[in-house]
Amino acid sequence: MTLTRRTALAAAAGFGLTLDFMARQAFAGVDAGLARKKLVFVICRGGLDGLSLSPPIGDPDYTGLRRSLALEETALRLDGTFALHPSMTATHALAQAGQARIAPAIATPDRARSHFEAQDVLESGAAAVYGASSGWLNRTVGVLQARRKVDALSIGATTPLVLRGPAAASSWSPGAVVDAEARLPTLLQDLYKDDPLLGPAFARGLATETMAQTAMADGDMPAMQATTPPAPAPGASGVSGLVRQGQDAAFKLGETTAGFMREPNGPQIIAVSLDGFDTHAGQAGQLAPRLAYLDALLDGLHTGLGPDWKDTLVLVATEFGRTARINGTGGTDHGTASTALILGGGLKPGGIVGDWPTLKTSALFENRDLAPTLDMRSLFKGALAEQLGLERAALDTTIFPDSTRAAPVAGLV
Amino acid sequence: MTDPDLDAAIAITRFGLGARPGEIAAARGDPRGFLKAQIRREGADQPEGDGATAQQRIVAFRDYQMARQQARKAGEDPKTADANDPVKLAQKLIREQTGGDFLARARLGAQTDAGFRERWTLFWANHFTVSATKLQTATLVGPFEQEAIRPHVFGRFADLLGAAETHPAMLLYLDQATSIGPDSPAATYFKRGPQRGVGFGPPRPPAGMPKGLNENLAREILELHTVGVNGGYAQADVTEFARAMTGLSIGGPREDAAYTGLPVFRDQAHEPGARTVLGVRYPAGGKEQAGAILADLAARPQTARFVCTKIARHFVADDPPPALVDRLQARWMATGGDLAQVAEALVTSPEAWQATQAKFKTPYEFLVSGYRAAGAAPTDIGVLAPILNALGQKPFSAPSPKGWPEEAEAWAAPDAIVKRMTWAQRFTAKATAGRDPKALAADALGARLRPATALAVARAESRPEGFALLLMSPEFQRR
Repeated sequence: MTLTRRTALAAAAGFGLTLDFMARQAFAGVDAGLARKKLVFVICRGGLDGLSLSPPIGDPDYTGLRRSLALEETALRLDGTFALHPSMTATHALAQAGQARIAPAIATPDRARSHFEAQDVLESGAAAVYGASSGWLNRTVGVLQARRKVDALSIGATTPLVLRGPAAASSWSPGAVVDAEARLPTLLQDLYKDDPLLGPAFARGLATETMAQTAMADGDMPAMQATTPPAPAPGASGVSGLVRQGQDAAFKLGETTAGFMREPNGPQIIAVSLDGFDTHAGQAGQLAPRLAYLDALLDGLHTGLGPDWKDTLVLVATEFGRTARINGTGGTDHGTASTALILGGGLKPGGIVGDWPTLKTSALFENRDLAPTLDMRSLFKGALAEQLGLERAALDTTIFPDSTRAAPVAGLV
Repeated sequence: MTDPDLDAAIAITRFGLGARPGEIAAARGDPRGFLKAQIRREGADQPEGDGATAQQRIVAFRDYQMARQQARKAGEDPKTADANDPVKLAQKLIREQTGGDFLARARLGAQTDAGFRERWTLFWANHFTVSATKLQTATLVGPFEQEAIRPHVFGRFADLLGAAETHPAMLLYLDQATSIGPDSPAATYFKRGPQRGVGFGPPRPPAGMPKGLNENLAREILELHTVGVNGGYAQADVTEFARAMTGLSIGGPREDAAYTGLPVFRDQAHEPGARTVLGVRYPAGGKEQAGAILADLAARPQTARFVCTKIARHFVADDPPPALVDRLQARWMATGGDLAQVAEALVTSPEAWQATQAKFKTPYEFLVSGYRAAGAAPTDIGVLAPILNALGQKPFSAPSPKGWPEEAEAWAAPDAIVKRMTWAQRFTAKATAGRDPKALAADALGARLRPATALAVARAESRPEGFALLLMSPEFQRR
C-alpha cells in the first residue's frame, strides 16, 4: 500500500494520536506568549513615494519641492510635521489610537536606484545585492522552527523572495475550493514523492486549501488578481468604481489572511506583496487608488484579527523612495529613503521611528533624494527581536548577514 | 553519442512550446535541423488578431478619453450615464482588444509548427517588456509585439533594440512620451507661455505640472535591455541618456493628423548640447544623438554578455552553464549581434541538450503546452484569462519592466501547483473525448515520459484522470 496523506492521518489516529498533538508535545515548554505572536510583512513594489505616504507637511521645504504633488491641504495630520496620505484613513485611525507609527526616512543598504537590485536587497536581507539567495523571513522561520512550531504563508500567486529558501513555507491566493482528499491529488502526491520541488510544494498547497475553507472571510473572493489593484489612467478621476472594487477585494483579502492566522495551526508569519508603486508620471492619480488598496488591506487585517490584533505586528516597506523634487511629468523618479509603516495592537507609544533629516537642499542625498537616517534592517531586526524573541547573534549573522552595525530598533512593542 | 529519440523530445519540449501529436516523431530524423529550419530572416509568425495597429489603438483610446471629458463638461455624471460609464468602457476596450490580441497569440502558440521560432519570439517580447498594467498601454501590448518585436527577432540586435525603444507603446509605458529637455525651447515656452494651444505641438501637461525630464526609459534601457545592472553606468549616465532622448515622443492631437499616435521627434523639446554617456561624448544634435547612444549600447560586449546569459537562462537552466553563455556571446560578438546566428549557436550548443529538465514551465508555457498535447487551441479569452490570473501570469501584464521571472521558485509556489491541478481537471474533462491517454502521453513527452508516469496514466480510472495525471506529471511541468 502506498502511504498517502489520507492513510498517514488514519495511521496516526489509530495510535490514539493526532499529528497536531504530536507536534505540540515536541514543543512543550515554549513560552506560550511568544508562540501567539504574529508578524505580517507587506512589500510595496515599485518604489513607494514616502513623501506621499507620510507627507512632511510641516517641513518648510516640502511644498516647494513637491509643488503640484504637495498634499498639505488634504493630508491626514499625525503631528506638527507629518501627516498620512488622504487615502490612508484606516491607518490614520490606528495611528490616532497609538497602533500605527511611521519610519519616515528609511532605506536598505542598496544605493543603485534599480528596482530589481533594491527589491533583492530588501527581501534577501543581505548587505549588498546577490549577497544571499534566500529571504530573511525564510531564514527567520528556519531559526524559529528549531525552537517551536512556526509556519509561514505568502499571499499571492507567486512566492516573494523574502519567503523563499530552505525553510518550507506555504502560499495561498483566492480561487476555487479544492478537496485535498479527492482521487487526483492523492495520485499526484504519489507521483511527486521523489520530486524535491513539486512534492513538498503540493503537499503544503493542499494543507493550506483545507485550512482556507474555514479561514475565508465570507464566501468566495472576487475573481480578480488579488494583489494587483486596477490601474487608472494618470490624472483620471472617473475610475472610482474600479477603485471601490479594488478596496473591497483588498479588505476581504486582509480579513481572509487574518482568518488563516487565527486558525489553530495557522501561520504566525505572513508575507504579502503589492505592485504598482512606480509613479514616474501622473503620480497623484496613480498613487491614490493604490494607497487606498493598501489601507483597505491593513483595515481588513486589523478587523479580521480581532482579539489577536494585540499580538500582531505589521511592517509595510518598499525598496526605495523617490526623488524629493517632482519630475518633468508630474511624477517622481527613483530615489533613496522612503517611509515604512509599523502597525499593531501592542505598539509602544512613540513618535516617528528614526530621525527626520529634513528636506533642506543641503540635507538631500546627492542633492536629489530624501536622505536615509535608518537602515531598513534595523527596523526588521527590532521587530524580530521584540515580536518573535530572536536574539542579536542570530539577527546579526544568519538572518541579516554582515549587519552588526545596523543595531535593532528598540521600543517597538 | 546522442539518442535521437531523446533529442527529438528535447527539441520539441525544451526549445519549442511542447509537442502536438506527431511532432516529436517528425523531429526524430534530425532534431537540430528541425530547429534550425525555423530560423528565418523575415522574423516571427504574426498572430491572427484583428490587425489593428498601435496607431489605431492610440487614436481610439484618445477618442475615448475625449468623449469622457466632454461628458463630464456637459455635466453628465460619468458613473450614471451608462453609455459613457468610464469603467465599463475601459473594461470593454481591454476585454475586446487586449483580450483579443492575447487570445490570438495563445492560439498561434498552440497551433504553430514552428514552436522554437515562437519561443524565441516570446523571449524577446519579455526582454523588451511592455505591460498592460498601465491603462494607457493596455491595448498596445499586442501591436507592440507585432510591430516592434516579431519582424526583428532574427535580425540584428541593434535593429530590434531601435524598433522596441522607439515604439509608441514603449514610449508610453516608460514615460518617454512626456519627457522634455529642461532647457529646451518647449520647456522655456511652457514656463512663460500663454495657456492656449501650442504651435509646435507637444501636448500641454495639465496646469501646475512641471514640464521636464523623465529618466525612466533611459534607466531601463541601460539596466534591463542592454548592458545590464552591472554594466558600469552611474546615475549621471542615466540622466545624460535621458536628456539625449528628449524630443522622442508620440504625435499628439495638435500636430499633423498623419502623425497622431506615431513616434515623432520634436526638435523643440530636445535638450540642447553635447552629452556624455559611459565615457563617450556625443556632439549636440537631434534624434541622431540618442540613435548613436543606442547603437553604441547595442555593440558593447557587456550587452552581449547580459543578453546571452538571459537567453541561456531562459532556454536551458535558471543557473545556465557558463560554457553555453560563452559560446552564445562569442557568436554574438563575431557577427555584430546577428540574432539568427545566435539562435543557430543556441540550438547547436551541446550544453543546451542536457537530458536534465532544469526549467519549470511558466503558467503560460504550461497552458500552451497543455493545449498542444491535446491537439487543441484556446478559443475563449474568458476561459484563458482567469486561470492565468490565478497562476500569477495575468495576460500581457508583467508586474514590472523586468518582465516575467524565469526561476522555478517564482512559479512553483504551493498554491500555484494546486491551481494547476484544478485547471488540468477542468481542461481534461472536455479535451479527452475518445482519446487514449496512453497515446497522448507518448505523443506529448516521447522519450521523456518516465515509467512511473506512464504507469499512473495507464491505471487511471478515467480518460480525463489519465490526461490530467500526464499534464501534472513532473516531466510535463518541466522542459
